[in-house]
Amino acid sequence: MDMTQAIILTIMTAATPLLLAAIGELVVERSGVLNLGVEGMMVMGAVSAFAIAQLTGSAGLGAIAGLIAGMLFSLLFGFLTLTLVANQVATGLALTILGLGLSGMIGESFIGLPGLKLASVPIPLLSDIPFIGRLLFDQDPIFYTSIIAVVGVNWFLFRSRAGLRLRAIGDSHTSAHALGVKVVRTRYLAVMFGGACAGLAGAHLSIVYTPQWVENMTAGRGWIALALVVFASWRPTRVLAGAYLFGAVSIGQLHAQALGIGIPSQFLSALPYLATIAVLVIISLNRRMTLINTPASLGKSFVPER
Amino acid sequence: MRIELKKRENMSSLFSVLSPFIALGLTLIAGVILFISLGKDPVAALYSFFIEPLTEVWSLHELAIKAAPLILIAVGLSICYRSNNWNIGAEGQFIIGAMAGSVLPVVFHGWESPLMLPLMLICAMIGGGAYAAIPAFLKARLNTNEILTSLMLVYVAELFLDWTVRGPWRNPEGFNFPETRNFADNAVLPRIIETGKTHWGFGFALIAAIVLWFIMRRTLKGFEITVLGQSARAGRFAGFSDKKMVYFAFILSGALAGLAGISEVSGAIGQLRPVISPGYGFTAIIVAFLGRLNPLGIVAAGLILALTYLGGEAAQISIGITDKVTRLFQGLLLFFVLGCDTLIHYRIRLIFGAAQKGSAA
Amino acid sequence: MNNQQTETPLLETKGLTKIFGSLRACDGIDLAIAPGEIHALLGENGAGKSTLVKMLFGVLDPSAGEILWKGKPVRIGSPGEARATGVGMVFQHFSLFEALTVAENIALALDGNVAIDRISEEARRLSLEYGLPLDPSAHVADLSVGERQRIEIVRSLLQNPELIILDEPTSVLTPQEADKLFETLAKLKAEGRSVLYISHRLEEVQRICDRATVLRHGKVTGACDPGQETPSSLARMMVGGEVAEISGTGLGEPGELLIEVNKLSAPSRSPFAVALKEIDLSVRAGEVVAIAGVAGNGQSELFDVLSGEERVSNADAIRIRGKSAGQMGITQRRLLGCGFVPEERHGHAAVTEMPLTANLVLSRHASDRSTFLSGGPLGLINTDAVAKASRRICEAMDVRKAGEDPAAGSLSGGNLQKFIVGRELDRQPVVLVVNQPTWGVDAGAASRIRQALIDLAKSGSAVVVISQDLDEVFEIASRIAVINEGRLSAPEPASSMTRERIGLLMGGFHDGTGHAHAEALHAH
Repeated sequence: MDMTQAIILTIMTAATPLLLAAIGELVVERSGVLNLGVEGMMVMGAVSAFAIAQLTGSAGLGAIAGLIAGMLFSLLFGFLTLTLVANQVATGLALTILGLGLSGMIGESFIGLPGLKLASVPIPLLSDIPFIGRLLFDQDPIFYTSIIAVVGVNWFLFRSRAGLRLRAIGDSHTSAHALGVKVVRTRYLAVMFGGACAGLAGAHLSIVYTPQWVENMTAGRGWIALALVVFASWRPTRVLAGAYLFGAVSIGQLHAQALGIGIPSQFLSALPYLATIAVLVIISLNRRMTLINTPASLGKSFVPER
Repeated sequence: MRIELKKRENMSSLFSVLSPFIALGLTLIAGVILFISLGKDPVAALYSFFIEPLTEVWSLHELAIKAAPLILIAVGLSICYRSNNWNIGAEGQFIIGAMAGSVLPVVFHGWESPLMLPLMLICAMIGGGAYAAIPAFLKARLNTNEILTSLMLVYVAELFLDWTVRGPWRNPEGFNFPETRNFADNAVLPRIIETGKTHWGFGFALIAAIVLWFIMRRTLKGFEITVLGQSARAGRFAGFSDKKMVYFAFILSGALAGLAGISEVSGAIGQLRPVISPGYGFTAIIVAFLGRLNPLGIVAAGLILALTYLGGEAAQISIGITDKVTRLFQGLLLFFVLGCDTLIHYRIRLIFGAAQKGSAA
Repeated sequence: MNNQQTETPLLETKGLTKIFGSLRACDGIDLAIAPGEIHALLGENGAGKSTLVKMLFGVLDPSAGEILWKGKPVRIGSPGEARATGVGMVFQHFSLFEALTVAENIALALDGNVAIDRISEEARRLSLEYGLPLDPSAHVADLSVGERQRIEIVRSLLQNPELIILDEPTSVLTPQEADKLFETLAKLKAEGRSVLYISHRLEEVQRICDRATVLRHGKVTGACDPGQETPSSLARMMVGGEVAEISGTGLGEPGELLIEVNKLSAPSRSPFAVALKEIDLSVRAGEVVAIAGVAGNGQSELFDVLSGEERVSNADAIRIRGKSAGQMGITQRRLLGCGFVPEERHGHAAVTEMPLTANLVLSRHASDRSTFLSGGPLGLINTDAVAKASRRICEAMDVRKAGEDPAAGSLSGGNLQKFIVGRELDRQPVVLVVNQPTWGVDAGAASRIRQALIDLAKSGSAVVVISQDLDEVFEIASRIAVINEGRLSAPEPASSMTRERIGLLMGGFHDGTGHAHAEALHAH
């Protein structure tokens, strides 16, 4: 494997959790719900995946555990915001704080233990293609899932009736309700999908990226994923581009640190966060696009009138 | 079974007062369940968590020291949240404020003047306010989401502090430890009373709480903050500027967070280190909500959450529970507070079986 | 004309009742609609029309009574069941999705999973057939209100209903668009379908409806052939007594020029807003100038520019009491003696969750600084003074409320509007600008508000009323102008204006070619 391949591989590994978490949140926001708890769900996925992998000896089971953990955790958010109609911003923050705390507690006994890495699953024939074969078709299952998720969500939102209904809810939940669309139920399903994606993204961190558990190991990726959704104007293909762009920035600054160029490591580490701000500013500059693409009922409370 | 909500015509004043208590109660119950599942005696655990830290005078001082930054930051956040400005970056403003306030004692460490401390405080407030002005500017001018920008700046601030303390500001006589010089006596925030460790940061917190309570309750400015938070359009109709309010709220809370930062550094720690906050900026968010965004309620909430910090340390020693339980408790508390708040705005009905559409509420 | 007893009614209700808590929204309603009949449901706001119709469409369940379809009792449990039975409905407030296309909007209202392309084709065909042309690929956000209504109607027609319910359909149409709608209804009737036509507009009902059922306070107060009745007999059935006649529109000679708008242009502030183009308007003391127009033609934009919530680049374009006010904010204009009443009660004119006293401070903290505030720069609110003023306003306008100082949201629409208008009148503003003064307000409150506006003008103020309600316009205006696509027609004396003329102006006007322009607009 040559240098270019290696670098691209690391970029893909860095991008995959961002992509998964962002595509999940995209579906949630398209249905009109703002879930700021992505960071919390991701870290819960990470600790659950690591713990189950350690306890069962199977990284595969760990991945599934991470997915389920994220999904269950998101149900807490769903109950509070969809059934009890609590403030979505505050509840999302609460979910993150709770997730960081709970995962810290669960993960304490796992700190320092060597992790199990999720094995790659090479796709026969395709993985033999020179250069891209190794990159695209000889990867771990979570990577494949991330790409399938993007394609699937794109098809779902824009080519299926159920996806049309979801977009309608995001545009106007009152109109959707008047037409008999099941707003709350659809939103619950969307939130759970978002939770599953975030959980799986977290699992990727602890059983693929660095097979290890470190407290708060998501290091703000959940927040970056949220910014990615805005950056992508809620369109799946753009999320793919954004995630890989960020992956490149993260890897770029790591390599720069390793190369020992004159810039202090802290400044390089700050690059992804500064890049996030820059990206949000750039998108905000185009007011018209933001206005047209933002789901109009995003973050608003919905209480069906009886 | 279904849960049905019906909006109340007037906010329930009963539940406005009760809801934080109900939330506390639920958290305690959750705590009991948690301790039992960890194999610990729940009563002993709750005792060491919540009662033990209150039994000794020195512990009460620790409580005040921990509560001071929480209250100071949360009071500023309450103004932000009431006006619908979601400042999540208080942790970053705390750090930058602390650094700004530390310029004098670190760089001009030989300067002996009674002006040192007041100037430090002012610099800290300016530093914290200026750092908060960044997300404010982006929101007011470009409509950029302030939650994400203020939060990203927290990570940047943490890294900046780390670099500064390990690099240019590292104590040259400090055996290469990553820390600055110890502050000289005239740069240390004095204690309030001689017999205890509580420093004046607690005094600032109480003063800030009372002043802001008064402003919110009785003055036109407080009215303006509330109106703009409820409806920006109605605020414009009233002649208020929501853009100016973004700056006002962020800079005020940034300044208060900065003040909390320098108080902690010069009053409790005595120098700058790579980590100067156990997440005060985030815990303050919980304090703000538990206190129902009311500055006086925040004083009480701040003391309660300070208690959870001390309780975690105490429980670790006496029962052997990890102090990470603290974080968990804090998160649970916020969850329950938000859930109970529903009761203030809505009437809840549990409906069993298939209900009629449009049944009487 | 009608064989009442010999033909089985298409739809019949017997003793239909709906109770909400202690409120009998519908009380023992008997209604019969024959096949091929256009049946009016008359009543003012709060009479129970919407509740009745929601029961017929399956959105609400009846508390008592029964519904008969073609003579057999039916239970309509959901909109889907209603559609399956043969009932279609076009709501007054559209359930449309701005970001989606016409075809997607239609698809969402249909059950099943028919491909969007087929729906597209069907919709296009139907829309042309019934004289309601639509482009299935257009985004709803780009369509006018009249075009949006077409989507609702075509959506309903695709299900092949035998009974179509229309809820206040002409409230958003120009007179010419309304005529087109009536042609469509005639076609439906000729096909043997029935129409349940909800309205409070008596002239229309007399023109197109075969029979009418009148509701008041949830009960049926009359069933008749509207062609045989007079507007006042119908009104009496609706309101149950004489409504106070508005007195004194003869306002005498207008006085000094109080508010003057000169060639005011303002770009649209968002992709969906309307740009204002060269607006000219002068209002003198003692005048009520009404600006008529169909919703969405720049009314809110004009109001915002007059109130100062939006400033204009040319300070001279607006002059208030002789001063250049274009750059002044709303507070400065209030200090010049202006009062403003916006269209939206909740979230603009008042904050729903705050009590009435707070809402009083909302608009008057600057103009009444000396009374309501004290303590100099601190700006302490003087709660006693505010409470006193609030009481005074509630008495003057007869505001019915629960408790001394309830939340604005707990008042009914009419009572809250009385408070909001009264709040401004209380300080005797020299200039008052009102947007939709009686929208969604019951007849009693509406007449009180309109009288208050006339009285204010009589006392020497200049009053500008923006209204979509032509009846109201004719009732109170001394001069009438029409706003269309951000342009204002030259105001003319009310005595020389006719509905036809206003209708033409609503449809578009440029240098006297009003008629031709209107045609061009409708030739999609």
